[in-house]
Amino acid sequence: MNAVATARAAYDCIVIGGGHNGLACAAYLARAGRSVLVLEAADRLGGAALTREFAPGFRVSAGAHLLHQMPARLIEELALEKHGLRWAAQSLPTAALAPDGAALLLSGSGPESIEGPVDREDTEGYARFMALMQRFAAVMNPMLEAVPPRLGTERWADRLSLMRLGWRIRRLGRRDMRELLRIAGMNVYDLLKEHFRSPLLQGALGFDAVLGTNFGPRAPGTVMTLLYRLAAQHGAGARALALPAGGLGAVADALAGAARAAGAEIRLTAPVARVTVAADRACGVTLQSGESIAARAVVSSADPQTSFLGLVGSEHLDTAFVRRVHHLRTRGLAAKLHLALDGLPKFSGLPAAAHGARLLIAPSLDYVEHAYNHSKYGAHSAAPALEITMPTLSDPGLAPTGKHVLSAIVQYAPYELTGGWAGQHEAFAQQLIDQLERHAPGLRSLVRERELLTPPDMEREFRISGGHWHHVDLALDQFYAVRPVPGATQHRTPLPGFYLCGAGCHPGGGVMGIAGRNAARQIIAGEPAQ
Amino acid sequence: MTRESEQYDAIVIGAGHNGLVAACYLARAGLSVQVLERNPHIGGAAVSRQLYQNFTYSNCSYVCSLLRPEIMRTLELPRFGLQIIPYDGGCTMMQGGGHLALYDNHDALRREIARHSKRDAEAYDRFARDMIRQCKFIKPLLMREPPDPTSFKPRDIRELLYLGGHFNRLGEERMYDTLRFWTMSIADFLDEYFESEIVKAHMAGSAIIGTALGPRSPGTAYVLLHHYMGDIDDTVGAWGFARGGMGAVTKALAASLQASGGTIRASAPVERILVRNGRSVGVALADGEEIKARLVLSNMDVKRTFLETVEASELSGDFLRRVRNFKIRGSSGKLNIALDGLPTFPAIPAGSPSTRGDMHVTDTIEMMERAYDDWKDGAWSRAPYIDMLIPSQIDPTMAPDGKHYMSVFVQYCPYQLASGPWDAAKRQAFGDTVIDTIARHSPDFKSLILHAEVRTPFDLENEVGLTEGNIFQGELTFDQLLFNRPIPGCAQYRTPLRGLYLCGSTTHPGGGVMGAPGANAARAVLRDLRLAAT
Amino acid sequence: MSDSAGTAPHYTRPLLPTPFHERARALSQVDSFVPWAGYTTVDVFTNAGQEYFAIRNACSVYDLTPMVKYRIAGPDAGRYLNRLVTRDLRKLRVNRVSYCVWCNDAGNIIDDGTVFRLGETEYRLCTAERQLDWLLDSAIGFDVQLSEVTEEIAALALQGPTSCAVLKKLGVTGIERLKPFEFSCFDATGMRLMISRTGFTGDLGYELWADPRQANQLWDALMTAGRSRGIRAIGSRALNMARIEAGFLMPNIDFVSAEGTVRVGTSRSPLELGLGWLVDFDKGHFTGRRALQEQMRQGLQRQLIGLDIAGNKPAANALLYADRKGQREIGSVTSAMWSPTCKRNIALAMVDAPHFAMGTTMWAEVYLSRELVWERRMCKAQVVDKPFFAPERRRVTPPGDF
Repeated sequence: MNAVATARAAYDCIVIGGGHNGLACAAYLARAGRSVLVLEAADRLGGAALTREFAPGFRVSAGAHLLHQMPARLIEELALEKHGLRWAAQSLPTAALAPDGAALLLSGSGPESIEGPVDREDTEGYARFMALMQRFAAVMNPMLEAVPPRLGTERWADRLSLMRLGWRIRRLGRRDMRELLRIAGMNVYDLLKEHFRSPLLQGALGFDAVLGTNFGPRAPGTVMTLLYRLAAQHGAGARALALPAGGLGAVADALAGAARAAGAEIRLTAPVARVTVAADRACGVTLQSGESIAARAVVSSADPQTSFLGLVGSEHLDTAFVRRVHHLRTRGLAAKLHLALDGLPKFSGLPAAAHGARLLIAPSLDYVEHAYNHSKYGAHSAAPALEITMPTLSDPGLAPTGKHVLSAIVQYAPYELTGGWAGQHEAFAQQLIDQLERHAPGLRSLVRERELLTPPDMEREFRISGGHWHHVDLALDQFYAVRPVPGATQHRTPLPGFYLCGAGCHPGGGVMGIAGRNAARQIIAGEPAQ
Repeated sequence: MTRESEQYDAIVIGAGHNGLVAACYLARAGLSVQVLERNPHIGGAAVSRQLYQNFTYSNCSYVCSLLRPEIMRTLELPRFGLQIIPYDGGCTMMQGGGHLALYDNHDALRREIARHSKRDAEAYDRFARDMIRQCKFIKPLLMREPPDPTSFKPRDIRELLYLGGHFNRLGEERMYDTLRFWTMSIADFLDEYFESEIVKAHMAGSAIIGTALGPRSPGTAYVLLHHYMGDIDDTVGAWGFARGGMGAVTKALAASLQASGGTIRASAPVERILVRNGRSVGVALADGEEIKARLVLSNMDVKRTFLETVEASELSGDFLRRVRNFKIRGSSGKLNIALDGLPTFPAIPAGSPSTRGDMHVTDTIEMMERAYDDWKDGAWSRAPYIDMLIPSQIDPTMAPDGKHYMSVFVQYCPYQLASGPWDAAKRQAFGDTVIDTIARHSPDFKSLILHAEVRTPFDLENEVGLTEGNIFQGELTFDQLLFNRPIPGCAQYRTPLRGLYLCGSTTHPGGGVMGAPGANAARAVLRDLRLAAT
Repeated sequence: MSDSAGTAPHYTRPLLPTPFHERARALSQVDSFVPWAGYTTVDVFTNAGQEYFAIRNACSVYDLTPMVKYRIAGPDAGRYLNRLVTRDLRKLRVNRVSYCVWCNDAGNIIDDGTVFRLGETEYRLCTAERQLDWLLDSAIGFDVQLSEVTEEIAALALQGPTSCAVLKKLGVTGIERLKPFEFSCFDATGMRLMISRTGFTGDLGYELWADPRQANQLWDALMTAGRSRGIRAIGSRALNMARIEAGFLMPNIDFVSAEGTVRVGTSRSPLELGLGWLVDFDKGHFTGRRALQEQMRQGLQRQLIGLDIAGNKPAANALLYADRKGQREIGSVTSAMWSPTCKRNIALAMVDAPHFAMGTTMWAEVYLSRELVWERRMCKAQVVDKPFFAPERRRVTPPGDF
């Protein structure tokens, strides 16, 4: 053993990255009695779950802008409400904006209901469809919240985990089971066409299936991404589609509070340069400042490519493993638009009371598919699909009195734009405002300031290689038992003592904290017995 | 065995290759079998037609690679005249005039690919290795009846355990590879091997043939496998010509059937499957003639069988809804062209055998994806992916001496145009799009054309009876494979009507001139009758 | 492409001629050529037995050009190679050669080869088969340039007891000072040659690396210089005999590249192949290290061993049994021959645990054709030490004039 390894480790565990997963991991580790140090590169916590000023006096959740899938269990276990998490709104309804005419309103929780321009068949069909999906979501939720099994091992835990999944699916009964096995790999486009006639309804549900993915609704696998979303919301319960008071940054603050209360140390402006490896074990980190800190285990909430190729380095890993990491698809497809508004815009076809809802511009499946088409060839959508929130309606403190904030996720805006973003950034922002103006006449004149974050901007700000909020594209071949890559699917990695806890792990991005919690459990459980 | 009121033990509706394969197995087991074909010629989509002078067109399917060797052997097809000759090569011509050829000889192939990328030339071996691994995995599953995962019947549990064991035997690493392979898009899959666009484009072709998906759609890597999983004389993935055209396959099957005592009636369109008390008892022909049989096997796709040939009142609403939801969008067109001589392709160097196999002109994945985008919007591709062949170079029986027959498979062409129904002018315009595409790579091509038959999915439905002109009798997506094909709970060749079986490509393992669905269906029938298959 | 390459297009003539092809063809009496890594090479010139004795008795010339050569250079070249191969290359000095193997993640052998350290940050890797795909994937994360230089270098193996004397006669001054696994550049009769004291015969010998444009000149000069020392061109068949005696492994015969296998369980680790001495667990990480450590912990399930088999019929491809009746199969022979030098019937074989201990007795199932009448024989075999033949002269520096 060399000197580094034998030097007394200052901490049981170092967590790289102070995003919500890193903080959740730190909190769980600290609660289990481990000494923990969180190292955050930025001068603030939260990663992509943060609230920050984007115009003088205007603040916005600059990354994720809704909390819709953090498990209720996690919020309770870490007592996040005790640590300051408050709710500005919960169970937000969704409004699908129509190009002309009335919007469609979908209830946010409880019995699924629908209001607006759909016929009776679709109204009833919607309730039936959502009930079916909720049954599937309930089956999938434990799978989503647990560490995925490894396949083909002799280990009891892996086999049990697979058997449990099989049993849960069996328990659905023959009819539902058959349907689940049929639709699990299907495209959402065909499924929604089987169930509904209203393009507006189809578009809204189809958009949810592809939100944050690199697919259009015709791509097989998009039913799984819809189920994934619903399964996560199932776990979130009433707090699905919620607006934390003070924005998403409040979630990070509460997590940090929980971690600190349990004894974790948090250091800001402490970018990690490398993971220290000695005697084939991660034994600490070296900061960019040159400072070395020793620890018995290192867990990274950074994306897998940054973690393995940047922080650890391929020289400590095997070739085919590195090849898998190298080939991960990590390019973001979603942009973020923030508007500082002098007043509240009025969306046509939308009741005044519904302006605080989650607004969607995805009027049909073909609209979303066409929006996707452009991104396949390195262009942004000519007519993008949008998820819009105006958080100031429920959380006025985010803007000066009487002023408002509009935050929109814009899909699709590819990371690699032909010709580069530099020359097209301005025009795209303008195009988006024009598009919003058509839905909310007069909005343009209310815009005091605007900010557009493209995937490369997010890569820079949130230090996510590729600027993808799932770190690693959410697709069947990068999902569950193969996420992020075989060999690192259970938060453990080929390098002993080095763990992953970020969105690149199962179950992926979205402000869930599950990856952080599960990683902590794996670390506490220790290395598997050989 | 036939009861008094019954004229036959079994009627097979449709003399396509799967119908004939099923009939052969039944006849060999001693059943009296009658095959009914609505067209005056047999063969379904595996036909050789003389539509222009002395030219023979394989006017639907045009390549023989998937036909299961065990079927060929058991049914003695070589004895009845079937001969399959492997391709010599293949190529993709590039927009700028270059080309990529594929050669049998490994060293020639490596040096050829190395002209485009040295790295890809060697990565090709890894690609081939992984394709063979996947072929080896899927091969034993083709000739088996998929289990019903919801069933507790010993047979289903046994089959499910077999599947699980088969998968488990791959070992951890390859299990992940297999999972990923089955769920990936061909574009992403190829990105893990190759850097050269032309290499990827050439390899990706087979992943979109016949599908309603583009190369970026997940699941297309599997479609590639579906086209590679055949083998000719133990060469995995080899493609070949049937001497005399694809009709030679069904001709040999018909001869084999007749030698076993089965009979075939052409020009005998079945109007209705007769059902009494939930059991099929025979069929009624269009002219009103009724033919009684103990069993009926339908070689038609699931939609045509249940939505057009069985009284709706005999089936549950739920079942009918599932049948209606079966995805069977047609996406392929076909041109059959009689040529006055061999066209020249300036991109291909003299002496290269690469024009003796499949020729392509799509040199980027993006072109394929854009071709798919057109189809999604209800139009034929402005720059279609085409898979052309000149079989008369290899098979002297296809065209008069010195003249040539060219088969041109076209992807994508919709069944329903957004601009309204197909008509002669639109068909012509579609044909011209394809001919112009080829002519850009062959200056003398147009002047050599003696006759061209243009076939759209709409024509395919009308002539061959494939719903929406889907060449696989149903799309090959996860939701319609294995125990989901054609419909969950109805994936074991049996149907809700006792005595009625499905034996076409609409069942597992799906389309292509493979014969496995027919053989599996016959095995299911014989097991139900407690007879042994031979 | 060098001017020695063929001018016919690859689709009419897939195999390339080597720069020595013209000379080799002139000497070939039996027209026996075989493909090797994209080149056509001589299997037998006149008679494999006679050619074999040139290796053990005088001096043999073997065309090594098809050996795939990579240039690996850049600031990380050393770190890159050290992570690629199982041996500790940090100790490899400039002008030294190391015999190495490299593995996949599962610790199974992809290939073996030799690494030449040409300079502080420049190396050459010589392998029997192409590896670019794996080598480039291994380069992810390293500042290193990789290129295949096979066609830029003509190579000859000069092996046998008189090889040093022949080189001296050729005018290679100082060649006698070259130690095993050392290489240096020399000027001889107007040619610039890189010469390494390496080889695949287990005998005294050298490998000559030259500019392909000087191929004919080199060949002619060697033949002239060696005329009085029994020099003789040899083909692959004779070389294969020598390498079995020396206990060297041949890819695709004694093992299959782990990156090329289709079936489960057919790959082999260096430990199983008896190459544990090439695996350095203390040097830091290399691909396959963790899997090999695990294999060490669990114990080997099979191993490649040397066999001495009764009788004189080579036991090529024979299955091996623990009992004479042939009921308990324990492995199979990978390479076998009658050794003309040792006068023993030798073989390399892969056998299951625990049958690989020195001195273990087993039975080889040998089929013999007696004028087309086939006979099955169970021949007694015993695990013996490798190499079967290892003359002292291969190591002595300076070598004597044998």
